[in-house]
Amino acid sequence: MLSVVINIVYLMLSLALLFAFIRLTRGPSLPDRVVALELIASIVVGYVGVHAIDTGVASFLDVAIVIALTAFLAAIGFARFVERGGVKND
Amino acid sequence: MIEILVSVLLLAGAAFMVLAAIGVLRLPDLPTRMHATTKAGALGAMMTMGGVAFYFGESTVVARAVAIVIFILLTAPIAAHVIGRAGYFTGTKLWAGTIKDELQERYDPNTHKLSSGLEETESRMPPRTEKAP
Repeated sequence: MLSVVINIVYLMLSLALLFAFIRLTRGPSLPDRVVALELIASIVVGYVGVHAIDTGVASFLDVAIVIALTAFLAAIGFARFVERGGVKND
Repeated sequence: MIEILVSVLLLAGAAFMVLAAIGVLRLPDLPTRMHATTKAGALGAMMTMGGVAFYFGESTVVARAVAIVIFILLTAPIAAHVIGRAGYFTGTKLWAGTIKDELQERYDPNTHKLSSGLEETESRMPPRTEKAP
């Protein structure tokens, strides 16, 4: 039963990744793209967690920690770049 | 039993993340998009981590999963606040149907300072004197 659920969850997360990617490419301004990138990062954290259950390797959780940390730092960096006079539009 | 709990947590987390992605795709402007992604996306990741913790059930794995949950809980609001502030200052257009923008006359776009609109009455009061040490 769990393997079926894991496959369904993979499908749903792929769909979410696709939607967020569409916003990433279409987003009219740079902050929109940063928001989409942050969402992609948290989806990937979920992906890694599901993969850890799928394979039974608990060490994948370290990858999830690193991805969450990197996404947070990237968001802070992008926001400072935008606010301190980066490109105003796109 | 644990399998059912893990399945429910994983499915709920994935459903929240799909909702966040639909929101970021469909909603009209930056604050509403952030409203969708920040909360639903973080909750989806946290529920997935809860499923991982219940599936493995060892203390080291549970500790790491709880650490990820706490980390997401701490950083997601900060990142959203910072991005929203930056987006507001760079003048991203709000949705045409926006009813009220309370920050519009309160924020000084040059100094990035927020004022309450009550500074006039405060300056009429006698100035506080500091005692010399």
